[in-house]
Order: sequence, then structure tokens, then C-alpha cells
Amino acid sequence: MAQNEDDDYEYRIKEGDHIVLKRGDVYKAVQIQRKKKVIFEKQWILLDNVVGHLYSTTFEIASGGTLQPKEDKETESSTDVKVAGTDNRNIVDDGKSQKLTRDDIETMKEQGLKNEEIIQQLIDNSSTFNNKTEYAQDKYIKKKKKKYENTVTVLKPTCRIIAMMYHGREPGKICHLRYDTLAQMLTLGNIHAGSKVLVFETCAGLVLGAVMERMGGYGSVIQMYPGGGPVRAGVECFGFPAHFHDMLHEFPICHVNALLAGTLDTGAKDPTAEEKHLNAPAEQEQIQPEAERQEGSPADERMETNTGGDAGQNREKLEREKRQEAKAQERKVKLEEKRRKLAAAAALLEGRNADGLVIASQFHPCSVLLGLIKFLSPSRPFVVFSQFKETLIECYTKLKEQGGTVNLMLTDTWLRHYQVLPDRTHPLLLMSGGGGYLLSGMTVATDHSEPPAEEPAPKRQKVKDSEG
Amino acid sequence: MSFIEYSNLIQDGDVAIVHLGHNSVTAVKVQHGAQTQTRFGVIRHSTDLIGQRYGCKVTCSKGGWVHVLHPTPELWTVALPHRTQILYTTDIAMVTMMLELKPGSVVCESGTGSGSLSHAILRTIAPSGHLHTVEFHQQRAEKVVEEFKEHRVDHLVTVRNQDVCKDGFGVTGVADAVFLDIPSPWEAVGHAKAAMKKHGGRLCSFSPCIEQVQRTCQALTERGFEEVRTLEVLLRVHNVRPVTLQLPDFGPDSSSSSSQATEEAPPSAAPNPASLKIKTTTPPREMPGHTGYLTFATKPRT
Repeated sequence: MAQNEDDDYEYRIKEGDHIVLKRGDVYKAVQIQRKKKVIFEKQWILLDNVVGHLYSTTFEIASGGTLQPKEDKETESSTDVKVAGTDNRNIVDDGKSQKLTRDDIETMKEQGLKNEEIIQQLIDNSSTFNNKTEYAQDKYIKKKKKKYENTVTVLKPTCRIIAMMYHGREPGKICHLRYDTLAQMLTLGNIHAGSKVLVFETCAGLVLGAVMERMGGYGSVIQMYPGGGPVRAGVECFGFPAHFHDMLHEFPICHVNALLAGTLDTGAKDPTAEEKHLNAPAEQEQIQPEAERQEGSPADERMETNTGGDAGQNREKLEREKRQEAKAQERKVKLEEKRRKLAAAAALLEGRNADGLVIASQFHPCSVLLGLIKFLSPSRPFVVFSQFKETLIECYTKLKEQGGTVNLMLTDTWLRHYQVLPDRTHPLLLMSGGGGYLLSGMTVATDHSEPPAEEPAPKRQKVKDSEG
Repeated sequence: MSFIEYSNLIQDGDVAIVHLGHNSVTAVKVQHGAQTQTRFGVIRHSTDLIGQRYGCKVTCSKGGWVHVLHPTPELWTVALPHRTQILYTTDIAMVTMMLELKPGSVVCESGTGSGSLSHAILRTIAPSGHLHTVEFHQQRAEKVVEEFKEHRVDHLVTVRNQDVCKDGFGVTGVADAVFLDIPSPWEAVGHAKAAMKKHGGRLCSFSPCIEQVQRTCQALTERGFEEVRTLEVLLRVHNVRPVTLQLPDFGPDSSSSSSQATEEAPPSAAPNPASLKIKTTTPPREMPGHTGYLTFATKPRT
């Protein structure tokens, strides 16, 4: 028994976990926090109760938003239907087939009736239901079930779920990158454990998270970011274990030219980095450091005020200054940390031997690609996403002129979902119009820069079978 | 070289991908003293390949040149010797994501076929995952074992020569994901369920015909699988090329000509009619319109 408990431990929902709520095809990513209310599908819910349950459990939303695990999974034919018509020749749309009024239904809801019971009431009070064909009845019940559905499933986040969630909820934030296109990017980019991958994205961190998931904590990812700092909201949703962040590096794109020219100084105090820090997207940081900067050196001030007489006032002042000092110290540490990180990322990039490049942003991809492709080793894949084909046509043309790449392909994928039911199989009526375009290819050594066989290969370093 | 790890230099025993231009590639087993004939002439392995850097340009005997690329599952898919119909990269990409494969995943696959998908799975689940693949055709099973060895991924894969519909995958309760590409997947759904972890997992079945899909979906629902979804994904390739479009000559413009030019050549004598050059893409004349339906499902915890 105890062993069984242990077995389940990693599959249990814990406080602080990043989870995904699911109802039907709607997903929402949240973090579990005590007494925190979240809104999902127009309902307030409290997540406290889900802690300790297994992932993929379906919960029923009780009054007050608390969740109760659903007892038994409802069988598909919970509402037994015997009588059915053959066609709709006698069904007239007079708007009076439903005997229950809106108010009746509201009252039932307030009485706390289960949704199955409400649906049964609706069926019983529909004068046309028994004349409908079996299929139409089925459809009717499904539709009502969806409407009065009161359950939510808690899932462990994965790339599949988060990509589908972003595409469904906030396609604008991820440049309308559809999940099948993301899947192509990961495969065309040969993203796998142990490699060194460059990522430039403005897709809320979704692409970065997807790359990190595929690398499983092995190797390194260097996020090239524009502006004040990397955006990683999407990465948070994945809920990666802490050690995954050890492989994640960041490098501001504004330093790329300096790095390529060899003029990037990561050792000395870098005023631009400080400036950058002030413009960081987090609102708090935007204001606080500013105030601290005005303070100058709080240490000097303290020396003077420390000798004052009034204890109460002084203590208050002292505390405030202490806080400020602590903050300044914290900030200093942060800046130091940032500089250290920049140096680490620069060191990774300097060899110009990255194994992959993934670009998905709202920026014009041409300059981004031409700038970053220089960091790749020869014979490595790269993949560029754009919502628009025209920008990639330009990339394609430039790369052809410049040389250094082969296997260039400009593609997009077309995705169609199917309803598969006995005698009712067909493509879904609605499909996505477009999921963006990809330009993929492989780097090769350019003519002039190709040195003739630098050194003899360290042959048979791996003593595996080589002849077969 | 390995299919799961990049290296810089070409070594004896590697499998290198020779890029002959225009998306035409061929796989070459690098061996001291061996030669490879291409339409650009011969490549001598000892001098032209061994010790060179992957991505280098190799000049062949006839003066033509090729690029030598590091092997990847995607290049292997277009270069591999077909022993069966294979899965291509577009479907593979979708399968990999929807099965939630990542380093450490344990995967069951049947049939192995020519190993196109197998290599992609191995790439993704390395270094800590494992692939259990089942192929009922003995010769194919033996051949693919040989390839896994040559490609240095054999430590991550177990090939079983048995009938998955009768004998299952040879493992129980271990798989995070199952992939089926067999003529009657509905007969293997039970075995698939047995192979999967108690805590659940994902399943995918690839079938060209809708009738196969229907029977599979029914079997999946009967066996308690959830979230059964069928989809189809197609690759569209856009050929980038400049296009020149002529502009028609409307003859002299009466309003502008009266004010500007009194002396105007007759319309017929106009030099080259103006044309406009645009950069655009054209679709290929024909494209694969169907590969197969992909049916995905989730096995709940049991």
C-alpha cells in the first residue's frame, strides 16, 4: 500500500504547481495557490481542493466555486431514449417546442439541480424531441450537455496542451503560430537533448518552452531577446523543474553586433545594461530602481542621521534606510548576476558553434535570421516562422544570394480535424485558416571561410562498432 | 556522428548525407578506401570525407561539387532505403508533439517498417528514454536492427519480431506513448493499453482509410480511451521565384499627352511594353494530397 502511495506521488497535484484547467476544448493555465480564486469559463473557482488529487482528475464545481472530484464518469447513454423519428418533415419551428421558460431553468439552477437533471427536464418538456431522428436527439443532448456542463479537468501542462491553449485563447500573443506549425519547427530544427540551440521569439515564451521541453534539461538554450528583458510567461506555464533553468541562457539582441565584432565587454560596468534593467517589463522594477538611483549612496546619509536624538523618528528613518540599503544591495547583486549571465551567454555564442536556430517573432525575420545564422556551425538546421509569407520570400532570396545554406524550403501546413462517429464521419465544419509559414534549411560551410581539414579527426574516440 | 548527438568531423564508420543539390540527398556509409559515385563524379572517402568537417563542400572528380551533411532523422527520412511505405516529416512532427514525446519517454511502436519514424522517436527520447518497436516481417526487423547499430542508437531501442495484434509489444505497464501504423490497428488497441503505464499515456494510430479510422475509434472508446481526436496534416511547399508580368499598353493618354508631349510616337511603335517583376511563390503542380489520418487518444489512469 505504502509503495503504491509512493508510486503516485509524482502524479499528484501539489500546491504551487502549474496546471492547466480543461473543459471541452477550452484550456486555461494557472498556478495553484491557497485561497486564490480563478475565473474559468465565466465561473469563479477555488483550487484549494484539487491539491493531493491525481492529475487528469475531473472535478465538479460546487456552489462557492469549490471543486469536488467527480464520482463516476457518466456513461454516454445516461439519458435513455427509445422513441425517435425518421425525418423532420413534420417538425415545425414555431419557437414553442420547449415548454420550460428561461426563468424555470434559472430557478432549477439556483436550486442546485445537477446538470443531468436539468437536461432531462429540458428533454421531457420538449414537444419535438421524440419526433427527432436518433442522430438529432444525440446532437441535442450533446449541445445541452455542453451548455450546462459544470466540470473541469486538471491536467499536467505539456507542450501540446499549452500550444493548443495559446492558439485557442490568445493567438495574437503568439503571432498566430498554430500548434502543428510549432510541431514542424521543433522537428525541422532537430531539437533534441544535448544540443546548443538559439531561440529568438516574441511568442510569450511558448516557443522557448517547447524547445526546453524537447531538450529535457540537457544541453543549452540561448534566448536572444529584444528590448529590456526576455518574455517568459509561456515558459512558466510548463512548470519545468528547477534544473531546467540551468540550461537556459539569455542574450540581448542589441549586443549581437558588438559580439560579432569582438567589442562586447562583459567584464566592466555596462551602462546600457543598467539602462535596460530600468526598462524591464515588470512594473515594480520600473519604478523602484528609479527611486533608488535618486538616493545615491544611502550609506552616507545614514551616518549623519544616526546620531540624531528622537528615537522613534530615528528608528523609523533608520528602518527605511535599511530597507533602501537592502534594496540597493539587492539591486547590485541583481546587476552583477545579470552581467555574469551576459558573460556566460556571450561565451556560449562566441564559438559560433550553435547546433540550431529557431526564430518566431513579430520582427521582420530577414535581419534577425541573417544576424543570428552566423552563430551556427555548418551542417545545422534552422527554422524561421512568420505569420506572413512575403517576409520569408525575402529571407529566402537573401539567403540564396549570400550562400551558406542548402535545403531551403518555404512551407506551411494545413490542418483538418474530423468528427468520427458511426455513420456520421466527416471533416469538422470549421477549420483554422492559417497557422503561419516556415522557412527551414541547413547551414553549410561557405567557400572562402572553409579551412582545409583543420586537424586530423580524433578517430575511434568512440569505441563503438564502426564497421557493419 | 550519431543520430542523437552532433559532432563536427566526419569519421570512419559514420553515415553521412551527401547533398546533391535541389533537395536531392543520398546516404553514404563512410569507410576508409571506399568510393561513392555521384552524377558529379566520384567521392573518395579517405581523402574527401574522413577528417573533413560536416557541412563542407566536396569537389568530385568531374569538377562538380556536393555538400556533406551531418545525419538527422529528417535527412534520413528522405534518404533511407524504402522497404515499406514510410511516414514523412510533416506527420512525424505532429505525432511527436501530440504524443508528448520528450527525453526520457518510453515509447512502443508497430510496425517498424523502414524505420523513418523510429529514428525521429529515438532522437526525441534520447538520452534516457527507450523505444520498443515491433515488426512482424523478419527480414525488415533484422535490417532495421542493423541500421540502428550503424547509426549508434541501438542502446535506446529494442526490436521485436512478432505480430503486435496477437502477441502485443512484449512489454506491459511501461509506455508513455504508443504509435500504431498497421493495417488493422483496432486489433492492437488492447495490447497498446496493456503496454502503457498505469498512470496513463497517449496513443496515436496512422491509417490511410477512413474505415480503418472508424473501427479504431470505436475500439478506443470501448477500451476506455478518452479525448479521441482524428486529424490530418498536409505540407504545402511554396516555390519561390520571380515572375514578370506585362503591363498592357492603353495607347497615348489623351489628358497627359496633350499637356506634356506634343510629339508622341504612335502606339504600335512603342518600345518594349512595360512589365513588372515581382517576387512570389508558386505552388507545385502536384502535391501529396493525403498521407493518412492521425487518430490520437489518451489512456486514463487505470
